[in-house]
Formats: sequence, structure tokens, C-alpha cells
Amino acid sequence: MRKVITFLKEQTKDGLLPWSAQDATAKRFSLSHAAVELLALQNGIFPARYQRNKNMIQIEEQLRLFQSRVAVIGCGGLGGYILEELARLGVGQIVAIDPDIFEEHNLNRQILSSPANLGQPKVAAAAERLAQVNPAVTVTAIQDAFCLANGFELLAGTHVAVDALDSISYRLQLAEFCNLAGIPMVHGAIGGWYGHVASQFPGETTVQQIYRHWVAGKGIEQQLGNPAFTPAVVASLEVAEVCKILLGKGEPLRNRKLSIDLLEMEMQEISYAPAPVTLVDAA
Amino acid sequence: MKITLKLFATFRNGRFKVAEQELPEGTDVRQVVLGLGLTEEEIGIVMLNGRHGELDSTLSHGDTLSLFPLVGGG
Repeated sequence: MRKVITFLKEQTKDGLLPWSAQDATAKRFSLSHAAVELLALQNGIFPARYQRNKNMIQIEEQLRLFQSRVAVIGCGGLGGYILEELARLGVGQIVAIDPDIFEEHNLNRQILSSPANLGQPKVAAAAERLAQVNPAVTVTAIQDAFCLANGFELLAGTHVAVDALDSISYRLQLAEFCNLAGIPMVHGAIGGWYGHVASQFPGETTVQQIYRHWVAGKGIEQQLGNPAFTPAVVASLEVAEVCKILLGKGEPLRNRKLSIDLLEMEMQEISYAPAPVTLVDAA
Repeated sequence: MKITLKLFATFRNGRFKVAEQELPEGTDVRQVVLGLGLTEEEIGIVMLNGRHGELDSTLSHGDTLSLFPLVGGG
């Protein structure tokens, strides 16, 4: 390993490690791109691909992102943008979960879809895209539907779960699972010009409260559909939440929900009562 | 009693964004929802004075009630 580190340091220019050097190191020492990036970050070498992160994400934070595992549940409208942004941010392990294949009606908004991959699994497109965007990221593609029953298998070791589902009932299962497993969840939903975002930490019930009045079926997306831009907006807000939660900085949307209206360009914040604190046995 | 009723997203279509409403004492949120021609199933969020509210919440003079439709897509 010392040889590798010395080689990496020799390739560093102005405190930055160019991608060509990362790639050459992987080939020369028969290491994965992930292994090379980990060694670089652990030894204070900043990969040049993240240089524009540098004034907001310090090298130890970049290492923390790289050592994080984030699951994206749903690889459609929201999920496609979320996956793209997580990989570019430098989150090292990304789990992409979706049972579906691409269909023509996905083409107006789902960034992973194209006429060439209609009929292909969404998670296969996700793995292919992320391998192109950031080869140092390890992607686990799971072509399956998330539910309470398979949660522990699918989300093992996950630091944050990102909701990119299109079903309220599955979303409620994800929220319930995340509480059981002690995983923070970033929730997002869209319909037409509208969307909302919230983050739920273990022990909180924000998502359950948001869908408190839900009985069955879908929301306004059933009538309105979803355009190209709403998923991109809500997905980006979700990734900002993931970044803050992983790094423990800023103020996540905790016990509050941000509602977005892109037609009138209005944002509303709704407060939720904090979850009751479980009292520890005084004895 | 008077309340301020705010509607959001598709609930504004053919209605209004914000209106003062004169209501009998003891009116609850559900009665306002049904009075607008909406069904309980269409309701996503009930916000009462900036905080999460319930369909059963009883309204008081001076309250601001906001109604948001259900949004669930991805």
C-alpha cells in the first residue's frame, strides 16, 4: 500500500489528484477505482473531480461521503436525478432499487430513460450510468420492489434511505421500516407542478403524519402526471438533505415539510409536532 | 366566527387562493372541506395556524386553515 500512496502523491498536482492518475493507479496496482479513491482520501489527497466541492465539503467530509451507503428506493422520475447527484457528490456506495422496466411514458422526465433502453430494467440503466459518471462509486442494483418484508435484506448497512417511490402505500412501509431499522429517511413526492420534501429521523413519524388522511390510491399525479422539471427540483432538494444528514451539518427538514408549487412559484413550510420522547426508566 | 381559508395547488382551480370565511361556532375542518365540494380522500395536508392539523380539529375565530391536495408521485 505504501507504494500506491507514494505513487498517488507523486501524481498529485497543486494538491489535487487528476482522474487520469486515479485511473492509472488502479491499472498499475490492479486495484478497483473505489480502493484507489479510498486510499487517496484517507491520505489527504483530494481527487480533482471533487475540486468544486472543496470549499463546502472538506476532505474529511469527502471521505465520509465516500464511506457512506445510501439506498435510493425507486429509479424513475425522482430516483434518476437522485442517483446522478449522489454519484457526482461522491457517495461511495449506492443501492438502486426498482422492480420496473422503462416504458415510453417515462421519456418525458426520467433522466435514465431513452428510446434505446425502453424495455430494459431501470436499475440496469442506473448501474450503467453511474459507472460512466463516477467509476469509484460501488452500485448495488436490485430489481425488486421494496416492502417491509425484504427491508432488512435490501437496506442492510444503509446510512440514509431516499424515498423516490411513486406509491403512498410503499412509502408508508419504507417509513415504518426505517423506524424499525433506525435509518434516517428523506421523503419526496411529486404531482404535476407540485411536490414536497421532508426528512424523518428514527423515532419520528413525519411521513406517517403527512399521509395521515390517505385511504387508498394515488394523489394529484394521477390526474396531472409529472413534467420534466418537477422531479429534478424535488430530487435535488432530497439530495441536499442526504448530504447534510451524512455530514451532520446544516438544518435538515426535520419535523417540517417543504411544499413546492412551481406554477405559482410558492414554497410553504408546515411544522409537525416532534415525536414524543420515550422516557427512560427513572430507576 | 371568521377564519382565513387558504387553498393550495389544484384546490385553487375554480375556487380561490385565500378567502375570509364566516362560519358557525364549533365548525370543524371536515365541514369546511366538504363545503368546498372536496372529499376527505383528496386531502393531503391540513395546516392549522402553520402547524399540522386534523380533519377533526375544531376551528376558532381568527384561525388560518390551509388545505393541500394529496401528492404521492415519484
